[in-house]
Amino acid sequence: MFPDFGRYVQNFINENVNYIIFNFGDSFEAAANFLLIFLVGLERGLQAIPPWAIICLVGLLAYTAGRRITMALLLMSLMFLIGALGLWDQAIQTVAIILIAIMISVIIGLPTGILIARSSFFYTVITPFLDLMQTIPSFVYLLPVAMLFGLGKVPAILATVIYSTPPLVRLTSLGIRSVNAEIIEVARAFGSTPSQILRKVEIPLALPLIMQGLNQTIMMALSMVVVASMIGARGVGEIILLGLQRNDPGQGFLGGIVIVILAIIFDRISQSFGIRMQDYKRTSS
Amino acid sequence: MKSQIEISDLYKIFGPNPETVLKQARAGMEKTGILEKTAHTVALSGINLKIEKGEIFVIMGLSGSGKSTLLRHFNRLIEPTHGRIFFNGTDIMSMSPAELNIFRKRRMSMIFQHFVLMPHRMVIDNVAFGLEIQKISRKICYEKARKWIEIVDLQEYERSYPAELSGGMQQRVGIARALCTNPDILLMDEAFSSLDPMIRSEMQNKLLTLHKQLGKTIIFITHDLEEALHLGHRIAILKDGQISQIGTPSEILFKPKDDYVRGFTKNVNRTRILPIRTIMRPVPLQLSGETIESALHHMQKAHVNHGYVVMDKKYQGIVSRKQLEKIPEEQRKNKALNVIETQNGPPTLDSSMTIDKALIPALRYNHDLPVMNLTDGQLYGIITREDIASLLDKKDWDTAPILP
Repeated sequence: MFPDFGRYVQNFINENVNYIIFNFGDSFEAAANFLLIFLVGLERGLQAIPPWAIICLVGLLAYTAGRRITMALLLMSLMFLIGALGLWDQAIQTVAIILIAIMISVIIGLPTGILIARSSFFYTVITPFLDLMQTIPSFVYLLPVAMLFGLGKVPAILATVIYSTPPLVRLTSLGIRSVNAEIIEVARAFGSTPSQILRKVEIPLALPLIMQGLNQTIMMALSMVVVASMIGARGVGEIILLGLQRNDPGQGFLGGIVIVILAIIFDRISQSFGIRMQDYKRTSS
Repeated sequence: MKSQIEISDLYKIFGPNPETVLKQARAGMEKTGILEKTAHTVALSGINLKIEKGEIFVIMGLSGSGKSTLLRHFNRLIEPTHGRIFFNGTDIMSMSPAELNIFRKRRMSMIFQHFVLMPHRMVIDNVAFGLEIQKISRKICYEKARKWIEIVDLQEYERSYPAELSGGMQQRVGIARALCTNPDILLMDEAFSSLDPMIRSEMQNKLLTLHKQLGKTIIFITHDLEEALHLGHRIAILKDGQISQIGTPSEILFKPKDDYVRGFTKNVNRTRILPIRTIMRPVPLQLSGETIESALHHMQKAHVNHGYVVMDKKYQGIVSRKQLEKIPEEQRKNKALNVIETQNGPPTLDSSMTIDKALIPALRYNHDLPVMNLTDGQLYGIITREDIASLLDKKDWDTAPILP
């Protein structure tokens, strides 16, 4: 009853992937090495800092973000708990991967979000890709990516970026589109150039939503940690994976707890920053 | 002499294909007909305007009349479909985007109905916005912004956010923001329409004071005729994108060009808007250094019971015939007119006061009221009780006196 499209598509993809690997494999690996230098540098740097200093740093960040001492103390003790569970080094490795992934997400996501807010053409073109990136099972692209970049941290980062960038793009675009048109008119009436409007009006007013997007990006990046460990990324994900393979539920549970703790810490700090950016909305009555 | 702003033959048509519809509009097709046939909206058609430097020019119309659209043509926030706009003789339509931005930065500022302050900026950063985008150093921006914040009386709120201010205060920030760039022209889009009545009249007076001090041209949009009459030196009445009439407040009130304008002016309390000078009549009998006898003689000759005493070009008071007749006849010849006798006269009225200020004196004294220039004491003329009455009586409108 049905024509046999599946085989053609399958063959087409295979041939193309092979073609790319044969012809461009080296340049992809060069790019991967470039990324790796950053990642390893960050990882080594974080590992060189004594744990107590990192715990203090988390406390300081939490306090500057939220101005609440209880929150800072809570997050510090959660950090301490990670060390007490014996997963400090793995947690640092995971954080390094996630920080790099988030940086790439921001570098790609922010301009894309602004672009699709500005142009309805790009909005219609790019939105389906965002849907695709969020819904397609990551194993589908993990295999070719691993073939291109080799096993290890780089494909893990790429997989994380693919999965975690869309919310930032969407919320940046939403934020900029929802800036009051009258305020844009004011800026124009005073002679602002388009780039001044973007820098002085649109981005500052969209910032709470952009922060919400960043928060979502961080959460989704953390949720990719286990998947990433399947293609060779070290860290907490690896612990969980090993726990599963060795039928050791206790170890899996430990890894799970650490991921949740990291998620809470990232979430609370980024949320507090986002909320403080909206202080101006408060009336003093 | 050239006008500061000149708009000639301006058309604005909203829709996908304005150029073709423009021909139909220029051929005189009705707005409703065009909307039905082509689904295009003719927002403005055939606008011609001249605005002089330093005047308060009010554009007044109901919602949908195109007044806000027209205002946005002065700084080209909206591009016309057809027509030309001149500022001091230069064609704004021929400006490049960069030139237009410089023009907006230096020449014109705008004040908006809903204030539209930037919520993420403190008051001082809102006021300084216009200078900031001219890339002027922060120090100078703040210095100038502080000056204007002081003028609008918001010193204590310099570091507050807009959400913390009341509507009236927010609009004062809006005014300071507009004035901070020292523009030649202020565009005010229903600037006071969303304020409480009391705050609104307070702001109107503040605006008039500022205008007196600064002498800037103000183009003011409103849907409220009383506001238009109170503020405007000249008023343009806009209906369905066309100008029904342009004129001074008294021309609009007393020489309405069509029924539309007449309909507007029907319910206006004219005494609150018109200055006394518009119904002033010449002084019937002016007395000065003469003796009482000759004063009485003048009164008899002029068939009046009162005389207005002026000495050294300064108004002194009113003397009545009865007062003078009380004086024994043998004293009249050598006694000069005496100021003391005029002490119980009516309060003096300035020719620029509104007529309602004359209502109570007119009810209290049974003679015509003297009108003068309060600053130099000169007697200008008188107003009669009959003229005030006919102003208040709607039936008398077409025959009411009007002097230029």
